[in-house]
Amino acid sequence: MTDKEATNVDFGHRHLLGLADYSAEDIGHILQQTDRFLEILNRPIPKIPTLRDVTVVNLFYEDSTRTRLSFELAEKRMGADVVNFSAKGSSVGKGESLKDTIQNIGAMKIDMVVIRHQSPGAAHYLTRCINTSVINAGDGPHEHPTQALLDMYSMKQKFGELKGLKVAIIGDILHSRVVRSNILGLTKMGAEVTVCGPKSMMPLYADELGANISYRLEETLEWCDVAMALRIQLERQEQGLFPSVREYHERFGIKKRHLKEFPHFTIMHPGPVNRGVELESEVADNSRAIILDQVTNGLAVRMAVLYLLSGRVQ
Amino acid sequence: MAETYLLKNLKPAGPGTEKLPDTIDILITDGTITRIAESIDQQASHSKDFNGAYVSAGWMDMHVHFREPGFEHKETIETGSKAAAFGGFTDVACMPNTSPAVSSRDVVEYIRKKGEMQPVHVHPIGCVSIDRKGKQLAEMADLKEGGAVAFSDDGDPVYDSRLMRIALEYSSMLEMPIINHEEDLALSRPGHMNEGRVSARLGLQGSPGIAEEVMIARDIMLAELTGGRIHVAHISTAKGVDLVRSAKKKGIRVTTEVCPHHFDLTDEEIERTGFDTNFKMHPPLRTAEDVEAMIEGLRDGSIDAICTDHAPHSVDEKEAEFIYAPNGIIGLETAFAISCMRLLHPGHLSLDDMLERLITAPREITNLTVPDFNEGSEARFTIFDPEAEWTFTADEVRSRSRNSPYLDRKLKGRALGIFNKGKLVLS
Repeated sequence: MTDKEATNVDFGHRHLLGLADYSAEDIGHILQQTDRFLEILNRPIPKIPTLRDVTVVNLFYEDSTRTRLSFELAEKRMGADVVNFSAKGSSVGKGESLKDTIQNIGAMKIDMVVIRHQSPGAAHYLTRCINTSVINAGDGPHEHPTQALLDMYSMKQKFGELKGLKVAIIGDILHSRVVRSNILGLTKMGAEVTVCGPKSMMPLYADELGANISYRLEETLEWCDVAMALRIQLERQEQGLFPSVREYHERFGIKKRHLKEFPHFTIMHPGPVNRGVELESEVADNSRAIILDQVTNGLAVRMAVLYLLSGRVQ
Repeated sequence: MAETYLLKNLKPAGPGTEKLPDTIDILITDGTITRIAESIDQQASHSKDFNGAYVSAGWMDMHVHFREPGFEHKETIETGSKAAAFGGFTDVACMPNTSPAVSSRDVVEYIRKKGEMQPVHVHPIGCVSIDRKGKQLAEMADLKEGGAVAFSDDGDPVYDSRLMRIALEYSSMLEMPIINHEEDLALSRPGHMNEGRVSARLGLQGSPGIAEEVMIARDIMLAELTGGRIHVAHISTAKGVDLVRSAKKKGIRVTTEVCPHHFDLTDEEIERTGFDTNFKMHPPLRTAEDVEAMIEGLRDGSIDAICTDHAPHSVDEKEAEFIYAPNGIIGLETAFAISCMRLLHPGHLSLDDMLERLITAPREITNLTVPDFNEGSEARFTIFDPEAEWTFTADEVRSRSRNSPYLDRKLKGRALGIFNKGKLVLS
């Protein structure tokens, strides 16, 4: 190991593959560090040299706007050298394997890799192909740990603590990495989670996820402190998993009238929002929605994660 | 000059050995058994003392993929045969998912002729439908004439129920079995692992057990209707075994087989190993409950044969993201060890019962003769030690591929060699 790799003794992790491997203490530590970086982002010159001479590769095999932008900005705010690789316009089209790609990039002496990929386990696989820190930016429907961390941070910011918080996650539970990481993280931090959506979009053994299960939106909204709506991917309708967007919106979309009916819940969404599907426009834009705070916090959370895994901890 | 082998100090076991002494010497002349006695004191061109190891009739694996013709970068008939001999098998039946597929007599004969040069007997399985497309029956009678021992479209299930009905009718006229890879594709696709608790955690799209079970149920009903013989390939679920068990009680002509990985491993392995693609196969690894049901099925005879579904894939193919890696693992070299460790040593099956699954059952299903120990018969034996401890390292792999979940694992139970086609081949 080089000295860069060896230094991060306190944190005890070299990779962030998923929240399954992280303890409540680890998560608490990241959220605590995030405070510092959020403060930095609010300075007139929101830039620090912490990752100077650290080279980070953003390896994106799947379309992503905000996650990619957020990682890239987090890296640049900390002075890292950043290389972007996307499956489009790369040699992937010519049939190069992930292993060959990463080993070629690795030969250019890089320090950290951020990967977004359609296959569960792609980040785990990457750790076997290259000897650098790996951060999972979403591996198929498996995990999206930095999203869950930013969601938890945003909830903590709003409510003071996560312990005892009632969080509802609404939408396509079967195909969501956001759900899996959030349930893992939130339950470790003492929150209670309910997943709500059409039964055809729940895993067969949904109870395995560690959350309550509901098929009734109104009941769920009455119960929760936070309602996190997930983006419905329209291809799921093509696959026949639900009858129509219209019926989905009728039954599982959060509507303006719900804000009056249930006056206390906070609205979250990992983005991008399908307005008029999972959230009515008035709901997305309501003062009870913290969707844009999530985006800002995402930047700070990713800075904290990069910092803790970089081996530059002082 | 006749070539003679004297194999000394062996303990006979399994079918055909009931009347033999506890320890025997075997004298073989030009591949034929010339004498079996407690002790033979005679000069021979080759003599070997096995110090009390077991000998049985040669084992048969009725479900292997030797990939030739068409996919020789994964395996060839030659390398596959070496792996089979190493694992103690004297006979294998090759699945027809080659390129071209085994839907014409010339391909059957090509495989058979290539097999003649190998240390093991290579029995081709012919296609049910032309090019395994599931549309039109292959020329089954001609395939049988050419040497096919069964019919199967292998990884592509015979999906069209009418075609399966016709295939069962036609093949029963030839007294041949149809082997079906039981899978309702509409329920299983894309199916990267077993659909269950682990897939819920890992976010991998699951292939449910019921995709296998509905097809088994359909095929049993069609076999009942037609009087045909259906052989359920690589059974993997508890409910599937129940279906076969009750069909057998009704006298329906159904048989089945199970792979060692399905009575040894569960889907938990995928999580434990961080998505190791050597635990990806079809049918997928199921649950602990299913593993127990496989062992019970072998114990009570609901499951007839132990097979490997030896499915070589090159390192390049298997080293990939989990959803992109191909299904399948090699199994010939490790099948006996896993059987010993999971069936014999814990006392679920006696040695004789386990050998029956490796010797008699696969041959009865494929209409082949079970090798015997009579003087004057062809010598076709497996020599083995169920207690031998060893590690399956990359160096031990005889297959051209090394996609095994058992690499570098400590194993107990090992084939020491085979006597086949007039030659002693030591592992």
